[in-house]
Amino acid sequence: MSTILADLNYWVTVFLLVGGLYIVVAHGNMIKKLVGLSIFQTSVYLLFISPGKILGGTAPILDDKYTLYSNPLPHVLILTAIVVGVATIALGLALVVRIHESYGTIEDDDLTDLESDT
Amino acid sequence: MIAAHLPALQVVVPLLAAPLCAILRQGTIAWLIALVANWCAFVISIALVLQVRELGIISYELGGWAPPIGIEYRVDLVNAFVLMVVSGVGAVIIPYARKSIESEIPRAQRGWFYTMYLLCLTGLLGVTITGDAFNIFVFLEISSLSSYVMIAMGRDRRALTASYRYLIMGTIGATFIVIGIGLLWAMTGTLNLNDLADRVPAIEEARPVLAALAFLTVGISLKLALFPLHLWLPNAYAYAPSAASAFLAGTATKVAIYLFFRFFFTVFGGEGFFDSTPLPEIIMVLSIVAMFAPGVVAIFQSNIKRLFAYSSVAQIGFITLGISLASEPGLTGALVHIANHAIMKAGLFMLIGCIVFRLGSMRLEDMAGIGRTMPFTMAGIVVLGLGLLGAPATAGFISKWYLAEAALLQGLWWLVGLILLGSVVSMIYVGRVVEIAYFREPSEKVAGLKEAPLSMLIPGWVLVIATIYFGLDTTWTVGIAQDAAASLLSALY
Amino acid sequence: MMRDTIILRVVVKLLLPAILIFALYVQFHGDYGPGGGFQAGVAAAAAIILYGMIFGIPAAKQVVPPSVVFVMIPLGVLIYAGTGVAGLLLGDNFLDYSPLGSKPVYGQHLGILIVEFGVLVTVSSTMLAIFYAFGGRADEADAAEEARKDGEGGS
Repeated sequence: MSTILADLNYWVTVFLLVGGLYIVVAHGNMIKKLVGLSIFQTSVYLLFISPGKILGGTAPILDDKYTLYSNPLPHVLILTAIVVGVATIALGLALVVRIHESYGTIEDDDLTDLESDT
Repeated sequence: MIAAHLPALQVVVPLLAAPLCAILRQGTIAWLIALVANWCAFVISIALVLQVRELGIISYELGGWAPPIGIEYRVDLVNAFVLMVVSGVGAVIIPYARKSIESEIPRAQRGWFYTMYLLCLTGLLGVTITGDAFNIFVFLEISSLSSYVMIAMGRDRRALTASYRYLIMGTIGATFIVIGIGLLWAMTGTLNLNDLADRVPAIEEARPVLAALAFLTVGISLKLALFPLHLWLPNAYAYAPSAASAFLAGTATKVAIYLFFRFFFTVFGGEGFFDSTPLPEIIMVLSIVAMFAPGVVAIFQSNIKRLFAYSSVAQIGFITLGISLASEPGLTGALVHIANHAIMKAGLFMLIGCIVFRLGSMRLEDMAGIGRTMPFTMAGIVVLGLGLLGAPATAGFISKWYLAEAALLQGLWWLVGLILLGSVVSMIYVGRVVEIAYFREPSEKVAGLKEAPLSMLIPGWVLVIATIYFGLDTTWTVGIAQDAAASLLSALY
Repeated sequence: MMRDTIILRVVVKLLLPAILIFALYVQFHGDYGPGGGFQAGVAAAAAIILYGMIFGIPAAKQVVPPSVVFVMIPLGVLIYAGTGVAGLLLGDNFLDYSPLGSKPVYGQHLGILIVEFGVLVTVSSTMLAIFYAFGGRADEADAAEEARKDGEGGS
């Protein structure tokens, strides 16, 4: 039990990672796939940011009173990754809207049937 | 003064041209901006190759901050070679793209196509030239997102589902790469590739580092369409606009293969480390399957672009086979095949685009007898097909030669046989195309076709002539590739 | 449907300037704490999107026309890359802001402010463009539906 609590952030990361990937693979609805993708990307943000917080460290702003700072670099990197994730999801949703207008459905099975006819 | 800033300009020129295309959205102006930017990028890449030949590794500090704290652009021979291939393929495709895009994309969206094209070029050039691991992810996603948009602009509505599937698989791949980079960063504290190369060998056996290697391998394999993670490629290349197919077929997967080089032999390039992992065997097995299974599927395709897309997956199997052999002729063969395959596939997709431009259909049955009404186009396709299967005096022969030499060096006679068998499979599907084009009676529609317009035919033929030229005079391809492979194996970065 | 609630309309009109000022606060606070271009851009776009949700997308399109949005998106990228190139033209490396001011410290400060402004412009206009594209489609579909019904009713 103590090992789980000690590495709680990694356990949550792995849980979200596997859960997100499962949703992408298991569901046929296109929007649900995108939701799973979003959860998968969120787990990666946790993977980067949580080790950056140093216990006992203060906010990363230089001051003479403090010697131990938390790492500011993960936040900047993950901000970039979040922006990339937002753009990806927006593009995915735009494609889903166009596919719905074009085919009338967003279920993978129906799409495969429709596509194999043409 | 410009000479000192070439690494930055390589990425900045297309990056600045892209928003210009987005603001001046008129089709012809956007095409002109894309043309100038792409040709400038090509000239800069040639200048970089010459500079690296003369001065050794070039390091350029972005923002004036010294590495390993700052981001640097680091150019060595492997880099410069791939830069030349990517920008060269683009430079030949842009003149071709004008008529092709005019026929395939509605007027209001043409400016956006060139914007996405330039952003894709920026991303690919950035991935190749950067020396910072997270920067690789950022540029990789820039190129991937813009390629999803380019593919979705295809005429057929199946382009939308193809783009969606590519989006899902590509994002999973990129996120895996970021997980690998994150684990490496947590273990070493640095993101600079050169610094990682110094620090990783000491902790090679630690489990997070091995996990990072695994995540990176899977993520990069998704991006380069290594069997069995290639499922996005056939539909994406088949239904995209012809210029986009040609560009992506020639560049996107090659840059991912460059990432294999960089991570396997530089970052994880400690003494004998790569051979101590099961990776060479795994990649060899997957490559061998990739050489045959997609090739056999290609034989039964009725859509000509899908046929050659499956052929791309097979040819990528050849390249990764060279990487798995991890010897100097193996890596030379892989690097040379990157250049040769880029030239041949881009040329093939361009000439197929000429056929689609005139005929309007991608189905092989509709193309019966087209060799008589569009002789130059089909002749070009035949020569490039010969290059694909490795006929002597074409560029494909050179790459297969080095791969066979690498296999023989390690005593793997059966591998040489498999390489030859793979060429036989290529011969079957190329032969099928030739048979339909030349040995059948043309239908009425085909008989009334004119030859493709010159602005589309000449760029395709430039690459056909390049295939023959690089099959005979290999100073630029093998000359650079051999030195690059030697520097990779001696972990010089 | 949204137009029937007077409480929402009054409160939104009171909140909008507060949200925009908060966005500017986050933008300039990025130098010294969490904040910067991306967060500020999303907050600024959220203000206009809130206005569009309550008063209808045509009203939002009057405030920020789509043509302006489509020019702002590449403009931000040009501002960012242009600052980098300015550093290059003034003698230092790309994206080196030191030569932009009289002392390197002032140059760095000015450079960061300008690039964050570029990020603000692009991010806010991109979020707004996404809202117009997705939200506008429902309105277009409704308009097409009504036109069809009018056509059927008339004939």
